[in-house]
Amino acid sequence: MTATAEVSTGSRGSQPPVPDGAITVTLKVRRFNPEFDDEPRWDSFEIPALASDRVLNLLHYVKWYLDGTLTFRRSCAHGICGSDAMRINGVNRLACKVLLKDLLSSGGKQTTITVEPIKGLPVHKDLLVDMEPFFEAFRAVKPYLITYGNEPTRERVQSVADRERFDDTTKCILCACCTTSCPVYWTEGSYFGPAAIVNAHRFIFDSRDEGAEERLDILNDVDGVWRCRTTFNCTDACPRGIQVTKAIQEVKRALLFKRV
Amino acid sequence: MQFHKYDVVIIGAGGAGMRAAIESGQRARTAVLTKLYPTRSHTGAAQGGMCAALANVEEDNWEWHTFDTIKGGDYLVDQDAAEIMAKEAIDAVLDLEKMGLPFNRTPEGRIDQRRFGGHTRNHGEAAVRRACYAADRTGHMILQTLYQNCVKHGIEFFNEFYVLDICLSETEDGPVCTGAVAYELATGEIHVFQAKSVVFATGGFGKVFKTTSNAHTLTGDGMGIVFRKGLPLEDMEFYQFHPTGLAGLGILLTEGARGEGAILRNASGERFMERYAPTIKDLAPRDIVARSMALEVLEGRGAGPNKDYVLLDCTHLGAEVLETKLPDITEFARTYLAVDPVKEPVPVYPTAHYAMGGIPTNVHGEVLRDNDNVIPGLYAAGECACVSVHGANRLGTNSLLDINVFGRRAGIAAAEYANAHEHVELPENPAAQVEAQVALVLSEHGQERVADIRTELQATMDANASVYRTEDTLKTALHDVQALKERYQRITVQDKGKRFNTDLLEAVELGFLLELAEVLVVGALARKESRGGHAREDYPNRDDTNFMRHSMYYKQGEGLSADIRLDYKPVTFTRYQPMERKY
Repeated sequence: MTATAEVSTGSRGSQPPVPDGAITVTLKVRRFNPEFDDEPRWDSFEIPALASDRVLNLLHYVKWYLDGTLTFRRSCAHGICGSDAMRINGVNRLACKVLLKDLLSSGGKQTTITVEPIKGLPVHKDLLVDMEPFFEAFRAVKPYLITYGNEPTRERVQSVADRERFDDTTKCILCACCTTSCPVYWTEGSYFGPAAIVNAHRFIFDSRDEGAEERLDILNDVDGVWRCRTTFNCTDACPRGIQVTKAIQEVKRALLFKRV
Repeated sequence: MQFHKYDVVIIGAGGAGMRAAIESGQRARTAVLTKLYPTRSHTGAAQGGMCAALANVEEDNWEWHTFDTIKGGDYLVDQDAAEIMAKEAIDAVLDLEKMGLPFNRTPEGRIDQRRFGGHTRNHGEAAVRRACYAADRTGHMILQTLYQNCVKHGIEFFNEFYVLDICLSETEDGPVCTGAVAYELATGEIHVFQAKSVVFATGGFGKVFKTTSNAHTLTGDGMGIVFRKGLPLEDMEFYQFHPTGLAGLGILLTEGARGEGAILRNASGERFMERYAPTIKDLAPRDIVARSMALEVLEGRGAGPNKDYVLLDCTHLGAEVLETKLPDITEFARTYLAVDPVKEPVPVYPTAHYAMGGIPTNVHGEVLRDNDNVIPGLYAAGECACVSVHGANRLGTNSLLDINVFGRRAGIAAAEYANAHEHVELPENPAAQVEAQVALVLSEHGQERVADIRTELQATMDANASVYRTEDTLKTALHDVQALKERYQRITVQDKGKRFNTDLLEAVELGFLLELAEVLVVGALARKESRGGHAREDYPNRDDTNFMRHSMYYKQGEGLSADIRLDYKPVTFTRYQPMERKY
């Protein structure tokens, strides 16, 4: 794998006006399109940007004005749809939730930003990876409310405290930042990974749910929670601030002590 | 080309699509096609709540909810549909709870409820606690819960399949829908899905505007496809501007903040909504609040260095309320504006948010081909549809309700229709139009850049067709949009490949945006009155004599620059006569 650093200034006509206060940053992007490329490469782009810009703005600048072939997913652009998880300067982040000012060093000298696809999932094209293995693991933990017996006519009653018990893990947007930051997942793709366990946790600790045992059996498997080495990468990576490692620990404890 | 055969094909996997799929999938062989992944859909961005007269925390009933919806919609609401929605709201919320949705709870363990704009006790006496919620991520919880239940029921998804056309076959009884044609993003292959019924649930088209709460992917694809088939669109001039978008960015801050007690203030700190809506003040419906904010700015009372926004003051709510009931918007303000709502007021300004209009349907989700007839086998639900339960202005939370009530109804109706009918033969060469469209975009036929045209479209729509409109601004917008359509004929894309060609995708999406922007502007020009979300400075009053009617637009002829024919459809009244709208 060779790393080239050719700087593209664009060939698609005039660029939009540079806003006041813009600085020039170098966006270094890991590129790979198996339709045409034998191996991945690095492309660099010089971009005028504001400190308040999101990394997603920089990617859009490239796609819209410099190189239309640059490929990535995005949708909501404010951190709730989970489409644009990527490795930004070596850590998993959502491109729409990282602002340029958070990436620039204090002196403002370090103006190169590297962007790569999340690790551990096959790359389809540039920053866009195959999400199927990730969603397969999610589906495998029975991520839905399981109940037996007759349904009540009104809502099920749940105390404020019982609702609070699993609040943290309801925030998951399935962006895969956690799972693809996990060193165990990188080497053993059969591991369910943090996101699937987070979503199992969300139901195991829901007082209305009666499927904890089924899910715990699944997570007790060789590819289940015991693979976790408690490196906390997942917790650091979560753009929703979920205490992912803690959730995994709680599932382990539930398995050890056979109660939730 | 690949060929598939299903009973029901659902296009779109947001709230309406997945709610439909849960019903349809248990009754008939169903496929869900989405250009995204289901959990990326913009239902997940909804924040504040979903109204239903559960009366868990205070007296309420569905008749009051019906009335509020009709008055909120400035009497352009079809009253039979509003009544159905308000009545079925209660079961819609309870169904979601039973599916596992983690609602916030009262001290007694019931579903908690909060206040929301325009939702009142006893026909306008005071704000009522009607919105069921899960912090300020109610839409996220709905989207996740519906996806979880789709997993439970084994619903079959075709992710990243971009539907570009539907199949209409001519029969003795007129046209019937027989399938859909999709472009597979991963491979560039065209897929024909033969079906007995097709449900559109493709969401809105907020990306015609620059400042919008909408996702990049909300480009009105479903509405555009239907319109290109010569079928009507309804009430497209009624576009909602949500009062509290983060200033300059358009990111949504829920009305639930005001439901919890937040206050809008102008530069001098005045609670200006007291002047515009003396009874329910900051909790007036969105059209009234958005117009009031725009007036404050126009009249020089805006805040900030350029006096171009107002302030949402949450500081008196306290850190605990913000962190527990409004955590996401608190984080948005901190992340994107570096403003801490606990300590200082947040700069806000109206942001393009929601299409009241769309594909006309009846209360079963069946798509109309004119005022009186449906297209058998074709259904629509959610923001892309117009039932019409929102009339000229949607009340907050009623969209989450709409997708659940009418998503469910469309799913049931589509499956029951499929079970009662045989497949009808597809038209000849069903994929031809899509193949030609894709080939044209990929061919070398000009130098116009998609991003330039889109940027100019969004700029003119923001400047000329947003909260306030006049004959002059709308004519400017129309002129601009038509010029951009002309330039669109000469676009080029750089990516000529087959694999995940999102360059091509954006070009196709822009075509839909241009088409829908023109319909919006043509409708806004023709409607010489102010009603709900459509505010004409040159016609400031509602004109029930001439305009108490839905607009219906038909595309006349082929090609992007074809004419638009405007027709009208009567509003359905049951028991509520139009009154002056005061809050």
